[in-house]
Formats: sequence, structure tokens, C-alpha cells
Amino acid sequence: MGVTIHVENLNAWYGKVQALHDINLKFEPNHATALIGPSGCGKSTFIRCLNRMHETIPEARVKGRVRIGELDAYNGTSATQLRRRVGMVFQKPNPFPSMSIYDNVASGLKLNGVRNRKQLDEVVERSLNASALWDEVKDQLHKQSGAGLSGGQQQRLCIARALAVEPEVLLMDEPCSALDPISTGKIEELIFQLKEQYTIVIVTHNMQQAARVAEFTGFFLLGKVIEFDKTEKIFTNPSNKRTEDYITGRFG
Amino acid sequence: MANQAFPRPQLTGQPVSQKTTVEPKTRPLPLMPSSSGEVADRLFGFAMLTCAVAILGLLVLIVYELVGRSQLSWHAFGWKFFAGRDWNPVEEHFGALPFIYGTLVSSLLALIIAVPLAVGVAVFTTEMCPKWLRGPLSFTTELLAAIPSVIYGLWAIFVLVPLLRQYVQPFLARTLGWTGLFEGPPYGIGMLAAGIILAIMIVPIISSITREVLMVVPQHQREGVLALGATRWEMIRIGVLRNARAGILGGVILGLGRALGETMAVTMVIGNRPEIARSLFAPGYTMASVIANEFSEATGDVYLSALIEIGLALFLVTIVVNALARLMVWSVTRGLPARAHV
Ligand SMILES: Nc1ncnc2c1ncn2[C@@H]1O[C@H](COP(=O)(O)OP(=O)(O)OP(=O)(O)O)[C@@H](O)[C@H]1O
Ligand SMILES: [Mg+2]
Repeated sequence: MGVTIHVENLNAWYGKVQALHDINLKFEPNHATALIGPSGCGKSTFIRCLNRMHETIPEARVKGRVRIGELDAYNGTSATQLRRRVGMVFQKPNPFPSMSIYDNVASGLKLNGVRNRKQLDEVVERSLNASALWDEVKDQLHKQSGAGLSGGQQQRLCIARALAVEPEVLLMDEPCSALDPISTGKIEELIFQLKEQYTIVIVTHNMQQAARVAEFTGFFLLGKVIEFDKTEKIFTNPSNKRTEDYITGRFG
Repeated sequence: MANQAFPRPQLTGQPVSQKTTVEPKTRPLPLMPSSSGEVADRLFGFAMLTCAVAILGLLVLIVYELVGRSQLSWHAFGWKFFAGRDWNPVEEHFGALPFIYGTLVSSLLALIIAVPLAVGVAVFTTEMCPKWLRGPLSFTTELLAAIPSVIYGLWAIFVLVPLLRQYVQPFLARTLGWTGLFEGPPYGIGMLAAGIILAIMIVPIISSITREVLMVVPQHQREGVLALGATRWEMIRIGVLRNARAGILGGVILGLGRALGETMAVTMVIGNRPEIARSLFAPGYTMASVIANEFSEATGDVYLSALIEIGLALFLVTIVVNALARLMVWSVTRGLPARAHV
């Protein structure tokens, strides 16, 4: 089941450059929230603060509060603990090339110390089913390397890999930007199903995509949240002039 | 054949730009538009081909010479030369097994010690150490490779050997003596000293190659593992080392190649006695060392021929080791998914 995410006064820096300014947001469980905004406005930075990936960059710094359900992300929770409950799918599909499809999906569980073959088999099948990849790869689970799939399949493999550890939150940073329309359609459909069980935060440059998959949308500009509302409202009747300008394509 | 993508401008004496004003400015012009350039190109290609063939020729020539000059010994001892343990210049009876054994064991020992160390150093420099330390650290490691091997030999004699004799060997004998690998009088000098000094000498090669390989592992692989909730060590193991293993293997091979052929430092500490002993404390002898030591004093024709045959064998061992290792690299890089040992 998904959990609520509370973000309070979140600031983030790269060295001396501040990339996020006082972000306050709330993400509803079992819904998808889209984050939109021009390139460089801090969407990726923000989403990476939610699972503490931001701090893996040298000299990067975070201040503020993030609560994932009952976990206080930056206070009393270890990064590894947090990341096991907050899955992430990256912009560029990044399956592990030296592992088979099966091992790619099972990797998170094996990290958690699961060795039971039967349990692993079950989880792998369930996760690949959930990411709509099972039928395409079921005959070559052990033969095929994770890198031997098409781009769209790789991305679904990465989704399966993230789902296998049964997170409560799924973060997706432009998961379809490297994919063709058919793969994109499949992944959108997937997001639509997945949000019944997870809290989904998806960064996208594609407004139609945001409109199709997300109930809520946040508009970022220069490291600040300009507007956050129901997707419908943002796209039909935004209350901020700058949101409107961006939606209607009046600025980049 | 004219290259469709890069049409050659007509050389009519007119500036090219006047005739091609309608063309977009960004159109790439050929670097060498003249036909004399093409001749030069062919000449260059031919010269390069000659060089490549010359290298191959050199290899063949070396083998030819070695085979030719070792005939005497080959006829006298045949295959038994490689199985014989007896090395007796007075009676002109020669067997090379102790040298082959010494070379293989000292190199193997060196690898066992050097590989974890070198990979550790590489992992530390690329993944863990603060940025300011990275430069100096890799610089110093690389500098180690530039030290002449005779200096390593001297250091080994004056520092390493006494250290081994007084502390390390008695300790090993007490704790691991039951294996039979560490028994007998602790001379200091011997197979163990040779293995250690070789290890120190090949660490820079292996670690600098490993470091380069680790650095080209894409960042998204590391992030992929971290995002699953991996610890730093798990990230290094799965996201970095696993992806780089073929390249690391390449570095290990290069190290092995160096260890097999290394002469000076080993000669100074291995003891130079053609014996095969189980204990690593015992003195030994390597193929390279015996050639270096005895070549100038080899009086009889058979003696000389036997040394050259050892040279031939060393050459072949090196080639076989390298070929085997490359085969391994090849099978790894072919992209077959190995079972995960996560
Ligand atoms: N590793 C980094 N080091 C320094 N500055 C960075 C780094 N990554 C991002 N930034 C800066 O932080 C700001 C926000 O970047 P971010 O990647 O979050 O933007 P984004 O909204 O995801 O853009 P895009 O839509 O292009 O992915 C940018 O100004 C960028 O220059
Ligand atoms: Mg981004």
C-alpha cells in the first residue's frame, strides 16, 4: 500500500548553488503525481531528495524535512532503509548488464538476504507480470542479459526490479523520455495500474502524459514550486500566470 | 569511388566559397582535397601495414632463433628436458622443471598477494577517497611502476628479507606450519620473498588498469544499485566491480605477464637454487633468473643450448598464459549473463 509523502521546507544545494528553495508538498497515497517544468528547474533534484539519492553526489546538500509514511527520511532513518521503501526508476534504463533478466529482478531481494529459490521465483514472476514484461521474456529469463533487451523492455525491467522489493513509493524520473510511443503507452498503462498500490511521483516533460496518468500535478520553476493542484485544474484553469504560460507553450 | 557524404569540391582555381554559396556553411569539407593527399594516404597505410607485418615477423624470427639454437639440447633430452629436475653443468645433464616450477609458483604467489591489494587500492581511489587525495594517490601508485627493478631487489635484500626472517616467517610457521607451505628454516631469502617482491612490483600495473576500468563504469549503474537500498560496499561489488570484471581481468593478465618475465629483483631474493620444495620458505630458481645468471658462464654448447631452450619455454609459457587469459576475457565480454552472486 502506498503512503503519504510530506515535504516541508526542503532546500537542496550543489556546492554553493541552491537548486531547490523551500519546497512544501504533499503526495497522496495510491495516486500518481506529476512534476512538470522547464529543463533545469530542479525536478530531478527534488525527486532525488525523496529517496536521498541527492546526497550521493559530492558536495550536494539537503536541508528540510521529508516524511515517507511514518519514516522521517532525514532524521533517524538510514539511506539504505529508506531506499528499500522508496523505489526509483531512472530516465535512462539502467539494467545490470552482467546479470540475466531473472537476476536483475531478483537483485534487490538478494541484497535483502532472500535466498529461498521458490520465493525468488515467485517474486520475479510477479514483478515481471506487474511491469507487463513477463510474456515477452519468460522463456529467456536466465539466458538473456538485462542489457540484451530493447530500450522499452529494459525500462520495464527496471520497473520490475524496483517493484520486486515491494516499495511503498515509486519515483520515476522521465521514465519514457528514451522510449518510442508504443513502449511509452505500455509504461503509462502500467503506471495507471501501479498507482492502486503505490504512491507514484513521476517527472515528465510530456504534458499529455501528465494529464493521462496523474491526478495531481506540480509545476516547478527555478527551483520553486509555482503551483500544485489537481491535474485537471492545472491544465485547464491554472491560477498562476506563469503556469499558464508554460502549459500553453508561451515560454520554454 | 567518390564519397557521397563528402563531395570533393571541383578545383578550378576559384575559391570554393564562391561556387558553393548556396550550400550551408556547416557542410564538412574534406581534410585533404587534393589527389596528392590520397597518394600520401596510401603511402601512410602501406607504411603502417609494413610496421604491423614487421612486428609479426619479429615474433616469428625470435621463435625461429630460439628453436634453432636450442636444437642441441632438444636432441639430447627431448621432452624429458621439461620434466627433469636435475641441472648439472658438469655432467652436462639438464632438466628445466625446477625453473618452470619456480617461475609459476612465484608468479602465482605474486598474483594472490597483489590482486586483492591492487583492486582495493583502485576501489579506494575511485569510489571512496576524498577528491583531493585522488590525484596524489594515483600519482604515487603509478610512480611505483617506474622504479627500476634492481632497486626493488636492493630494497628487498635490505628491508624485506630481514623482516621476513625475523617476524613474518616465524609467525607463519607457528600458525600455518601444518599446511606444509610454511616450514623449514626461515632464511628470509626464498620463494616467499620472491613472490612478495613480485607482488609489490605488479600492484601498480594492475591497480592503474583497474582504476581506469572502474572510472568508465557509468554512474547510472552505481545509482541503480544504490536505489535498491544497497550499502556502499554492495554498490561497489554489484554496481562497479561486477561491471568491470573483464577489464580487471585484463589488468591481472598484464600483471601476470610482468611477473613471469621479471628477472632482476627475483634473482636477487629467490635464492637461486634449482630445487622443488613444497615450503615457500625454501629457495628456488626461475626461468628468467637462470638465464640471466648463467648465460655468460655457459661454457659447453649443450649448456648454452639448454639455457636457450629455457628461454623458448619461458616465451611459450608467457604466450600460453596470455592466450588463456584473453580467452577468458573474451568469454566474459561476449555478454553471456553469468549467474549473479549477489
Ligand atoms: N550534479 C550536479 N552538479 C551541479 N549542479 C547540478 C547537478 N545536477 C543538476 N544541477 C543543477 O541543478 C539545477 C536543477 O537540475 P535538475 O537536474 O534537477 O533539473 P531538471 O528539472 O531535472 O531538468 P531536466 O528537465 O532537464 O531533467 C540545474 O540548474 C542544474 O544545473
Ligand atoms: Mg531531470
